[in-house]
Amino acid sequence: MADESAFRTRFRGARSGEGLSRRGFLVTMCAAGAVFGFPRAGFAAMDPAVPDGVPVEAVGARYEPAIWYWIDQRGKVNVNIIRAEMGQHVGTAIARILADELGAKWDDVSIEHVDSAAKWGLMVTGGSWSVWQSWPVYRQAGAAGRVALAQKAAELWGVDAASLTVADGVVTGAGRSASFGELVAQGITRSFTEAELKALPLKPHSELTLVGKDVTALDIAGKTTGQAIFGIDARVEGMVHGAPLLPPTRYGSEIIRIDDSAAKAVKGYRQTLKLDDPSGTVPGWAMVIADSYWAAHKAARLVKVEWKASDAARVGEADIQARSRELIADASKGALLDTGDTDVDPVFARAADTLEAEYTTATVLHFQLEPVNALAFRNAEGVWELHTGNQWQSLALPWLQKALGVDENGVVMCSYMLGGGFGRRLNGDYAVPAALASKALGGIPVKVVATRPDDAKFDSPRSPSVQRLRMAFDTGKNVIAMDTAVASGWPTKVMLPAFMPKGVNGEPYDPFASDGADHWYSVGAQRARAISNDLAESTFRPGWLRSVSPGWINWAVESFMHEAAVKVGQDPVRFRLDHLKAEGRNAGTAPDSVGGASRQAHVLSRVAELSGYGKATLPADTAIGIATTYGQARTMPTWVGGAAQVHVNRQTGFVDVQKIWLVVDCGTVVDPDGAHAQCEGAALWGLSMALFEGTEFENGLVRDRNLDSYTPLRMIDTPEVVVEFVESAEVPVGLGEPGTTVVAPAIGNAIFEAVGVRLRHLPITPEAVLAALKAG
Amino acid sequence: MIEFTINGRAVSVDVEPDTPLLWVIRDEIALTGTKYGCGIGLCGACTVHVGGRATRSCITPVSDVAGVEITTIEGLDPKGEHPVQQAWRHLRVPQCGYCQSGQIMQAAAFLKDIPNPTDDDIDAVMTGNLCRCMTYNRIRAAVREAAATLRGEATNG
Repeated sequence: MADESAFRTRFRGARSGEGLSRRGFLVTMCAAGAVFGFPRAGFAAMDPAVPDGVPVEAVGARYEPAIWYWIDQRGKVNVNIIRAEMGQHVGTAIARILADELGAKWDDVSIEHVDSAAKWGLMVTGGSWSVWQSWPVYRQAGAAGRVALAQKAAELWGVDAASLTVADGVVTGAGRSASFGELVAQGITRSFTEAELKALPLKPHSELTLVGKDVTALDIAGKTTGQAIFGIDARVEGMVHGAPLLPPTRYGSEIIRIDDSAAKAVKGYRQTLKLDDPSGTVPGWAMVIADSYWAAHKAARLVKVEWKASDAARVGEADIQARSRELIADASKGALLDTGDTDVDPVFARAADTLEAEYTTATVLHFQLEPVNALAFRNAEGVWELHTGNQWQSLALPWLQKALGVDENGVVMCSYMLGGGFGRRLNGDYAVPAALASKALGGIPVKVVATRPDDAKFDSPRSPSVQRLRMAFDTGKNVIAMDTAVASGWPTKVMLPAFMPKGVNGEPYDPFASDGADHWYSVGAQRARAISNDLAESTFRPGWLRSVSPGWINWAVESFMHEAAVKVGQDPVRFRLDHLKAEGRNAGTAPDSVGGASRQAHVLSRVAELSGYGKATLPADTAIGIATTYGQARTMPTWVGGAAQVHVNRQTGFVDVQKIWLVVDCGTVVDPDGAHAQCEGAALWGLSMALFEGTEFENGLVRDRNLDSYTPLRMIDTPEVVVEFVESAEVPVGLGEPGTTVVAPAIGNAIFEAVGVRLRHLPITPEAVLAALKAG
Repeated sequence: MIEFTINGRAVSVDVEPDTPLLWVIRDEIALTGTKYGCGIGLCGACTVHVGGRATRSCITPVSDVAGVEITTIEGLDPKGEHPVQQAWRHLRVPQCGYCQSGQIMQAAAFLKDIPNPTDDDIDAVMTGNLCRCMTYNRIRAAVREAAATLRGEATNG
């Protein structure tokens, strides 16, 4: 279990059905009715297609071929979704996979975002895994229903089930037909074992009628009328509001005293709690309690808290980066990824020439537009309910159990729409203070909404990073070795260390802080060393942020490949193609990476062609830059070619990105319009991080906490984005993040082509461009 | 007590006069389509119409709207069929959707003022509304489409 694929396998337990607990599960708390004397929660946002979020209820007889859905005697097909909806229209994509295999009529299909009951197994929405993981599971489930319905009709009609067809919600054959509802009404009891499910025949790709076809996602309409229900909209009778008071550092600060005398003048102010957190998630927090959001936050400004700050209060961005450089310089530090022949030192020793560069990236905030929030209370059954939008319930639940002092049956999370995830809500730390406040108040409902500056202060940002890249060449200018060292704060180490796989030197590593370094270029001996920055990890809580390490490691790898091409006097696209060979460890493996590096070579060639790279005649100081990546991970590659056309203003240093092209090979495209939207959003996210975002740690906290100084991309700087998908019938892989990974290096390479300067720090500011031009 | 009209309904609220209109709408009147994003008027998620003008409700004290007519996303059209909403659905603009109430309210007020906007007009006005999912290109296209519908021009959609 010590390699990355094993790690991935654990994450994708739901794919094979392994890890799905058959233990008793909690009742569906989130849709439970009123019980006198106890808080009555509104329905969570379980069905995003209806204004109140109330999921459809089965009428009459009901058949459940697998836990993933039921069909009732009206023919309604209700699909259970364990993924969070945060803009990717995930429920629609997954329901279509199931409905297609089942042979359902799309209009009969509804979706239900379920609570965190144990029976659903691992609940996580991240890594761009949702469709990839759901594909086999929901297809098998759909096939089970199809087989059972056909079998029922065959029994009733006295014919062979194989002679029947199942399509559009109807079973037909032998001159007869029956709707799903009619068959369910007759009573179907057929159940399937895990082994039987796996053995079921699946439709050939050519017979899929919903997958790959245009559809309007079920969650869209409610988002145009104000009816979509987000976590911040959760309400329950009798709830009070909590405004947190955050300590001067993320960890290790202690409250010395609290003085709330001035706050007492605020109408609706109740009290200020010193939170006691057995889980250690939010040490040193206080919570101001009042009757309304405004009263709580107004009072919070008047409560004086004196803290004893931890040493982290003296740490700044430069200290963290210096620590990374120190660790990189020590060859004994870090985990070695499995990159085949890692013995690069003798090759560098005999090299005719070498190239070395350092790349750095600044701290990046999630800045999801809905600030983190949660509503917590203890319900009539004595179970704690957490109403909040969340991407990784399975991670947060143990923290909540520890904070509340209950076992796994004592707490449940209810699903809401997420006003942006981007990885922030993978880390459910924000649910803990609401739970603690409710616990301190005897279980009454407490709603906590962070202010925007507090959301930023409490963010688990993308760690600043330092990378050192080296390449060795022989006398013929051929690449004979590559050596990469990447250092940053590791989210997985901080939040889920048991899930870290081990490198070939036996040291654990965080794939989300090293993916990207083990690329598909054949470069001879290759060493990729991933290093955890202990100072970063003690100063803040590093987070998973959209595209995780491929978002910053490829910035370096793809810029460096361009540098290497320039060094050996080759065209940067040709140079890459020469090193993308589907052989050896880069040949790819079935089913997820069939074709290996040849598929990356294809998207690269195609994006060069599509963008007019090397052919288009462009004005002065304007150029197209190219980059290519394999998306998120070697085990689930989404092949991406990216191009950016930029103009550089030599007077102001301003970089104007005029157009972006993406060519994406994600295997089968399940939801074409959603796929396009995800890739475009991801590409613009990449642009935003390349030029417009970024902050720094100062005195243990991020400096920029609101839009007055943290400045994500706006419409006025948004270029046209062209997205092309490669026709494919291969396994569908992820799309939420891969589009991000090529954009920063494509821009950096375009700047180099336009004005001849190489930028090696993100974000690329006008000041940095001017300084480089002056030095250049 | 502060009295005003919201979505055609007269309301009277008993809150501190410095309470931002946003929190009165969300917590007192229980209309939650209007969102909190930044609290300093720079993201636009809280945009409502105050006397027909697009207004950032997070920085508008409720005392300022006494006697005024307010429209929120819930009241833009009784059936949710305002041409801006239709265009938003037709072009499938929303991703997470959190900013879209504000985007739609901003666009609806903007098109009342400038029925035939250029792309530069659209950029200049709509750039005040942040979309973290970066649906900007679809927003731009949807504003154009809604403008055409509002002017009574046929669209090909």
